[in-house]
Amino acid sequence: MDKSMSVHVRQSHVREKPSFLGRILARLSHGDRVLVLDDKTDWFDVRVEATGARGFMHTSALTIKKVILNPGEQAVEKTATSDEFALAGKGFNESVEGRFRAENPHLNFGSIDRMEAYGVSEDQMRQFLFAGKVMPKGEPL
Amino acid sequence: MKETTRRDFLTAAGTCAAAGLLFTGCKTMEAVTQIMEVASVDTGPVTSSQVQSAVKVGQAVAKTFESFTPEQEYYIGRTVGAMVLEKYPPFNQTIANTYINMLGQTLAAASDRPDTFGGYRFQIQDSDEINAFAAPGGFIFVTRGLVRCCKDEDALAAVLAHEIGHVQEKHGLRAIKQSRITSALTTIGLEGAKQFGGKELAALTQTFGESITDITQTLIVNGYSRTLESQADLAAADILTRVGYSPQGLLEMLTQMQTRIKPGSLDFARTHPSPLDRIKALEPEIGKFIPYSQPRVRLERFIKYIAWV
Repeated sequence: MDKSMSVHVRQSHVREKPSFLGRILARLSHGDRVLVLDDKTDWFDVRVEATGARGFMHTSALTIKKVILNPGEQAVEKTATSDEFALAGKGFNESVEGRFRAENPHLNFGSIDRMEAYGVSEDQMRQFLFAGKVMPKGEPL
Repeated sequence: MKETTRRDFLTAAGTCAAAGLLFTGCKTMEAVTQIMEVASVDTGPVTSSQVQSAVKVGQAVAKTFESFTPEQEYYIGRTVGAMVLEKYPPFNQTIANTYINMLGQTLAAASDRPDTFGGYRFQIQDSDEINAFAAPGGFIFVTRGLVRCCKDEDALAAVLAHEIGHVQEKHGLRAIKQSRITSALTTIGLEGAKQFGGKELAALTQTFGESITDITQTLIVNGYSRTLESQADLAAADILTRVGYSPQGLLEMLTQMQTRIKPGSLDFARTHPSPLDRIKALEPEIGKFIPYSQPRVRLERFIKYIAWV
């Protein structure tokens, strides 16, 4: 039977082909849901529940749990007694980091923030490989 | 509805949690009790239904490092990263850091775990020592000393792919002691019973700090086991092959390292098996070292963007 899964990373992509260089068809965010039509390899054949878009997503972006964004107390209580849900923003989160930083003001979180700003787009990856004559297996660039 | 005191409730939850955890041993039980005590100070009465829900949470806390969500792993990784930068400060040259992110993020996209919560990021550190660290969630650090061990892009790709292997296999999270995981998940469970107050946040932050120490102690002082290092090397060979780099880059890099590390030093030599042992373990998988050729454009960009560090 087809199963429903949720995106449990900040952002992921639905791709045309089951490959890290597959053309991106849709961008999904934390909590978005997909219907899994085939899970035989690590690249799942999925349909995006909200839009109907069809393509491939890597299993590492998905969880079988239902992700609850901005969980209220009721959702938290329900979740505490079940393995079916994952709560966004709970546990080790921004508040915990904030408190830890206040207790350890010498730590260099500014550099971690700067590090995070070094994002590389899919197009840049493709260009990087092409320019360096790096040929991925079975993947025309 | 019958009201119980906060302490009664927490004791009950602690007992039940412990009951569900007998197989994980006494240390875990102690941790549950401790965290309950920390969290139980003056936070008021709770209802019986809340006790029941905490009982179930208690039963559910028999979990492992796999129970952390990618989002929680990300916050652990950020702080481990900040600690790693205490050891060696960042080398802030945009051109070299941009290049290492192009290379590293492309390799990570081809790994068995391309999606982490915040994505993979790479940072050069300003030190002559030979070292590299992978913090959970994909924060990866490489010293200038280690970059200088790499004679070309394929060798540097091998270094980064090895670190990506550690993230992919969640080796950092595995270093967290079970008692902390139980504590953290129990405290998180308490959110269900009552609104999260300052005491719980304090308890969770304490467990967070201890978990960070477990990881940094492993990354910086003790190192991973030979088995985990070998797992990262094999993951690296797979990644390199998929992307189109020579897995021989691993052997090239390890050979260079063997000639450069100083026995008894406090860097890579202390936290990793000897490069010769790693070469021996890799050879059955990727064959003996054969000099590989490098397209000129690839070597030129390596020299232009990073070899000078």
